[in-house]
Amino acid sequence: MIEWTGVIVQGVLLGGLYALFAAGLSLIFGVMRLVNIAHGDLIILAAYMGLTTTVMLGVHPFLALLIVMPVMAGLGYVLQRGILNQTLGDDILPPLLVTFGLSVIIQNALLETYTADPRKLDGGGIEVASIDLGGLAIGVLPLMTFLIAVAVIAGLQFVFYRTALGRGFRAVSDNQDIAQLMGLNKAHVFGLAMALALAVVAIAGILLGMRTSFDPAIGGGRLIFGFEAVIIGGLGNLWGTLAGGVILGVAQTIGAKIDPGFQILAGHIAFLIVLAVRPNGLFPRVDH
Amino acid sequence: MPELLELSGLDAHYGDFQALYGLDMTVREGEVIAIIGANGAGKTTLMRSISGLLKNRSEDVRYKGQPIGALRADQVAELGIALVPEGRQLFPSLSVEENLLIGGKVGREGHWSLRAVYDLFPILEERKRQASTSLSGGQQQMVAIGRALMANPDLILFDEISLGLAPVVIRQIYDALPGIVGQGMTAMIVEQDITKALSVSSRVYCLQEGRISLEGATGEVSHEDITAAYFGMDT
Repeated sequence: MIEWTGVIVQGVLLGGLYALFAAGLSLIFGVMRLVNIAHGDLIILAAYMGLTTTVMLGVHPFLALLIVMPVMAGLGYVLQRGILNQTLGDDILPPLLVTFGLSVIIQNALLETYTADPRKLDGGGIEVASIDLGGLAIGVLPLMTFLIAVAVIAGLQFVFYRTALGRGFRAVSDNQDIAQLMGLNKAHVFGLAMALALAVVAIAGILLGMRTSFDPAIGGGRLIFGFEAVIIGGLGNLWGTLAGGVILGVAQTIGAKIDPGFQILAGHIAFLIVLAVRPNGLFPRVDH
Repeated sequence: MPELLELSGLDAHYGDFQALYGLDMTVREGEVIAIIGANGAGKTTLMRSISGLLKNRSEDVRYKGQPIGALRADQVAELGIALVPEGRQLFPSLSVEENLLIGGKVGREGHWSLRAVYDLFPILEERKRQASTSLSGGQQQMVAIGRALMANPDLILFDEISLGLAPVVIRQIYDALPGIVGQGMTAMIVEQDITKALSVSSRVYCLQEGRISLEGATGEVSHEDITAAYFGMDT
């Protein structure tokens, strides 16, 4: 019994990481209807940036966030205004193609720079530390990851529904022309949304890099997990995204418990079941 | 009175389709101009051109002497032109109050604030937490007008503000207009309801198939003139 409780708890905590993968995707799609195929590779890019920062400055990965987050946010703004804004329009195909190309470019640039060897961020022991809860061992890093995910989603929720910036995001998402009439330059608003999304990507990348080893090719897999969490939770609902991540995480750990080779497949099966039963996800955004 | 807005030879296109043909128009400070015309005459296109939603040649639209025809809508808004769009077009994800607040985003100083808008339309204060789409059509129109006022514009454009509303509601909205233009604001009112438009305006332009077919002081144009200009018939 305690064994299965452990499996579920691990799955829930893993779901926090998936929610972080998904939050940026969900935010970008919500504001500008852009499906970012390069999202997973940007997560890996952030992990490598964390690696360079920790190695060069000799700091803990969490401290490296102080550099990686602003750099990724800046990159997001420039990327959006320089390239992605040009692809947005009535046709949804150009942004898909361009971000797919971006994904290929990032992967190959990482391969050239860092080689294909798996790397890992050194968390200074917190990766293996655990706390004992009545016979149930809970990993410190997974727990921190989950708590950070909750904090990030609460923060995004606050920005979206309580600040002028969030009001701008929602207005532009509702009606770009009319938002422009209100003095909101949508090119700038989209840039800010991408900056915010990539700041979250930075957090996700650093946490991923401490949890497991990574190499330039694994971005695609993270993208899929992010997508699945978004779809399970329901598009445009940030707390739903967290729930989606948790469901995906639990499905994977249960699958892994049954058979270690079954982990990823179990997650996909859970995703397909939700998609078949509730095509709009479990908690779709309620439109007023 | 100095000229606030000047259109000279304004052409407007949607792709290959030309909607406006060489419009010349002058709006002086403090005037209320009525723009009338049948469906498809180009009234909304004119509004979109002035507000920057439709790009034109820079020199075609001059505002306070400055060419603004090629500016983006957000830049035009910051110069002090606000549009109350046809069909209200509130932001559904925003509450009533948030819709008003976003109107004040351009941050121009002036008479209009949340307080002033709530004083003009008290019902909105009661409903401020509600989703904007949960309001009745008339109340939504009040939000749309309040949202434009929040920008404290020098020139406000009203596009078909009576469209789809009950007569009693239209009267309510029009009763509020003197309180708005009384603050020294210049206004252009696009209307299909000619009587309503003439009752609040000092000058009138009639559009017909993208051209100006009549222009004059409201008191001086006769019913026959308007009928001819509106329908394009020689009576």
